[in-house]
Amino acid sequence: MSLGTPEHDIAEPAREHSRRRFLTFLVAAPTLAVAARIGADGLAPASAQAAVPSLPAPAEILDLGDALILAAAPTANLIVVTVDETGRVGLALPRAEVGQGITTAVGMLIADELDVGLDQVDVTLADARPELVFNQLTGGSNTIRSVYGPVRAAAAQARARLLAAAAARWGTAPSVLSVSAGVVTGPGGRSATYGELSAAAADPGLSVVLATPKPPSAATLVGTPTNRVDARRMVTGQMEYTLDLDVVPGALPTMVRRPPTINGTVRSVQNEAAVRAMPGVVDVVTVATGVAVLAETFGQALAGKEALEVTWGPGTVDGESNATIQQKLRAATLPFVVPPLLTTTVDAEFDFAMVSHAPMETNSAIADVRRDRAEIWSGLKSPIVAQQTIAAELGLPQSAVTVHVTQGGGSFGRRLFFDAALEAARISKAAGKPVKLMWSRIDDMRHGRARAASFHRIRATVAAGQVLTFEHRVASGETDTKHGLGEILTAVAASLPVGGNLSFAQTIFLTTVHSPYQLGATTHLLNEVPLQMHTGSWRSVYSANTRGAEEVLIDEIAAKLGKDPVTFRREFLKSDRFRAVLEKVVTEGQWGRSMPRGTAQGIAFHAEYKSCTACLVEVDATDPRAPRVTRATIAADVGRVINPRGLESQLIGGLTDAIGTTFRAGLHIDAGLPLEGSYSQFHYTRQAESPLRTSVFVVPSDGEPGGAGELGVPAAVGAVANAYARATGTKPRSFPINFPVDFDPFPR
Amino acid sequence: MPNYTFQLNGETVTVDAPADLPLLWALRDKLGVTGPKYGCGIDVCKACTSHLDGAAINPCVTPTADVAGREVTTIEGLAGTWSDDPDELHPVQEAWLERDVAQCGYCQPGQIMAAVALLRRTSNPTDADIDAIENVCRCGSYSRIREAIKAAAARM
Ligand code: FES
Ligand code: FES
Repeated sequence: MSLGTPEHDIAEPAREHSRRRFLTFLVAAPTLAVAARIGADGLAPASAQAAVPSLPAPAEILDLGDALILAAAPTANLIVVTVDETGRVGLALPRAEVGQGITTAVGMLIADELDVGLDQVDVTLADARPELVFNQLTGGSNTIRSVYGPVRAAAAQARARLLAAAAARWGTAPSVLSVSAGVVTGPGGRSATYGELSAAAADPGLSVVLATPKPPSAATLVGTPTNRVDARRMVTGQMEYTLDLDVVPGALPTMVRRPPTINGTVRSVQNEAAVRAMPGVVDVVTVATGVAVLAETFGQALAGKEALEVTWGPGTVDGESNATIQQKLRAATLPFVVPPLLTTTVDAEFDFAMVSHAPMETNSAIADVRRDRAEIWSGLKSPIVAQQTIAAELGLPQSAVTVHVTQGGGSFGRRLFFDAALEAARISKAAGKPVKLMWSRIDDMRHGRARAASFHRIRATVAAGQVLTFEHRVASGETDTKHGLGEILTAVAASLPVGGNLSFAQTIFLTTVHSPYQLGATTHLLNEVPLQMHTGSWRSVYSANTRGAEEVLIDEIAAKLGKDPVTFRREFLKSDRFRAVLEKVVTEGQWGRSMPRGTAQGIAFHAEYKSCTACLVEVDATDPRAPRVTRATIAADVGRVINPRGLESQLIGGLTDAIGTTFRAGLHIDAGLPLEGSYSQFHYTRQAESPLRTSVFVVPSDGEPGGAGELGVPAAVGAVANAYARATGTKPRSFPINFPVDFDPFPR
Repeated sequence: MPNYTFQLNGETVTVDAPADLPLLWALRDKLGVTGPKYGCGIDVCKACTSHLDGAAINPCVTPTADVAGREVTTIEGLAGTWSDDPDELHPVQEAWLERDVAQCGYCQPGQIMAAVALLRRTSNPTDADIDAIENVCRCGSYSRIREAIKAAAARM
C-alpha cells in the first residue's frame, strides 16, 4: 500500500475540539482504505484553568497521556480504516488489548461514524509496526485519548467516499443519500451496500465532500452501555491467548529453572543428562536468565526444570529485604522546602510494600528463530521496542523479525515489558527449535515485575481553618521505564513548565501526580533509589500510593480542623466539576448514615488524565485482621464516555486492586527474592473479600475523553484506608495493612 | 506410555500419557483443548476448573490416569451438556454475556465452570455460597460474577 496525498483537513466541531485537527489520507488499495494520523496535528497544551491559591501542578497542564499524544504527533502514521468488498469494516489497532475493552470501544467509534452495526466491524491488534516509532505503546491510560480523533476522522472520510461513490453511480448529490447498517439508500428506493461501493470509493479520482466527524449529539452507539465484542469467545473457551495458539507446528512447551535470587546467574548444571532422560524431555539449554527445559508437554517441562540441579552465581539484590529497602527509602527522602511556620502541622509517614502485577496469564511467548529470520507471538504493549531488541540480540536485521501482538490475559502495566518474548527468542536460537515459553506462577511472582516499594513523608501546615502548605516527598525503588516510554518523554520533557534536569521517572511522576485540593503552597518531589530489581509501572503508576496516602492525610487534616471528611473536601476541592463527582457518591452512597460498631464509611477523591472520580466504601472491620469492604459507591467524570459499561468495568477493577493492596496483597522481599509464589501467598482480592454491593455512576460530561484505565485505583485506596481507620480508630501507615508471612514459602 | 480412554465433551478420546501427567497438560498439549487455563498449577487459582462426572475438578492437580473411563467436561463442552443446539449456550454463559462479566477473560472459563458446579449443588445460592468460590479474577470482575450467578440461578 502506498499513501495518497492528504485529502482534507478535517475540522472538528469548534466547541468540542477546536485545538485538535486530523488529516486523512486515501490509501491506494483495491478496496477502500482511509488513514489518519495518530496524535493531534494541532495539539497545544490546554492553558491552566482558573487562578488558584495553589499554583497548577505540571500534571494539570500537561499530563502523561498528553505527553504521549504529543510525542506521537510528529510520527504521522497512521491508523487505517478499511471497507472490503463484503462490506466489513476493519481496523488494525496499534495498541494492546489486555482486558480493558479497547477493541470494543474503538469498534463503537467506527460503527457510529460509518453507520454500520458493531458486528460489521473487526478491530484487530496490529503487529509491531516500526514506522509508528513511539506511537505503539499502550500505557498512561492513553489509548482512547490518542485514537479518538484519528479513528473518527478516518471513518468519517471513508463514509464520505462511499456516499460520493453512490452519488456518482446514481447521478445525484451525496446530500440526498442516507445510510443505515452499511446500506446506502438514494432517491427512488435505490440502494447499494458498502461492499458494492468499496472499489469505486477507493478511486483517487472521485470527488469527495468534506467529512466532519459527527457531533456527540448524533451518536447512536457511542455513550450507550455496550457489551464486549470478544465476550462470547471468552465464555466459550474460544479466545486464544498466546499459549492457546497453534501457529508453529512442533513448537515445544518450554519452562525455565530460575535462580534462587533476583538476577542470579547460572554457574553450572550438574545433572543435565539425567534431566534429558526424563519422560517427554526433548532438550535442555542454558540462557542468560536460567536453564530451559523443552518437552512434549508443559507438565513434563515443569517436572524437568524442577529436577535440575544448578549451581548459581549471586544476584543483584541478595542482601536486600523489605526492612533494608525501607531503610534505604527513608534515607533517600528529599527534605521539605517550606520553612517551619508558627502553626500547627499534620505530619505522617507511609510505607507501601512491593506489589506483583500478577496477571492471570503468566508471562509467555512463542518464538520461532531461524538462521535468517524470527517470528514472535506475545501479549505486548511495546512491540516495537521488543522487535528492535530481539533483532539486535539475534543479530538479525529488524525487518527479519516479525512480532505479533496477541490478546493478553491481564497486564496492569506488566506487558510493557517483553522479557518473555526476548527469553523465548534466546531459547529458540540456542536450541535451534521453535518454542512455546511459559513462566510458572511462582517465577512470575518472584522473578517477574512488581510495583516498586515506596516511602512517603507528608506535612501540611494549618492555621485559622486554612491549609497553608502541603508538601509530599516520595522515595521509591527505581521504577523501570526502559520500554521506550522514557524516550518519548525525553522529547517532551523540555516543554514541561518545570525546571531542571528531570529523570524519566520524575517526569512521569510530575505528569501524573497533582493534588486536586487548594492546599496553599503545594510541592511534590520524588527521589528514586536504584535497586536492581524487576520493577515496572503498576496500574496508576505513582498515584495509587502517592494519592492514596494523601487521601488518608486529608481525613486527618479535616479532623484537625474539626471538619467532616466530606465537608472538608467540598470546601477545598479545586473545581465544581470535582465537587459534582464528590456529591454523587455522597448522595448515592448515603454518606453519614449510622453504621454499627466496628464498621465505618470512608471516602476519597482523585483526578488524573483529565478525568476525576470519587469513591465511598463501607468497611466491616469487626475483626481488624479480616476486614471486608461490604459496599462501594463510585462516581466518575471522564469527559465524553465511549462505553459506559466498559468504564464501569475499569472502575470496578481499580476498586478490587485497591482492596487487595490496601488490606493484604504485597510482596515480602527476603534475601533477594520475594517469598510469595502464588495467590495463596500474595493475597490478591477474592470473591469473599469483594463488596456485596457495588454501584458505579458515570457523571454526564462532554469534552474529549479522559483516561479511565488507571483512574479508579487511587481514590479507592484512600476510601478503603479511611474507612478502615474510622472503623478501627487507627491511623493506617503501612500498606498492606495486614501483612504477616502467613504461609510456608516455596523452596527457592 | 499407557493409553487412557475417557469421555471428553461428549466424545470418546484416548490419550497416550504418563499416568501422573496432570490432566491439564493432556488436555492442552496432547488433545488441543485449550479452554482450561494454567494460572498456578497447584490448585490455588482455579483458572483450570473443569468438570469430572459433572462436579468441579482442577485438572492441574488431577492425574490423567484418574479420569480413565469417566466423563470430563471443559468450558468447550459446557453448552453441549445443556442443549443439543450448537448455537445455544448454557444459561450461566448467557448470564456472563448479559452482565458483560469478562475483562481479560483468562479466568472466566474457570469461573463459569465453578459457577455451574455450584448451581448443580444448590439451585438458589446465597452470598455466602458465592463467596466460597475461590477462583481468582485478577481483573477484579467479582461483582459482575456475583450478579451473573444470581441471574443464572433465577433463570434455571
Ligand atoms: S491452574 Fe489449576 S488451580 Fe491454578
Ligand atoms: S477477567 Fe481477567 S482475570 Fe478474570
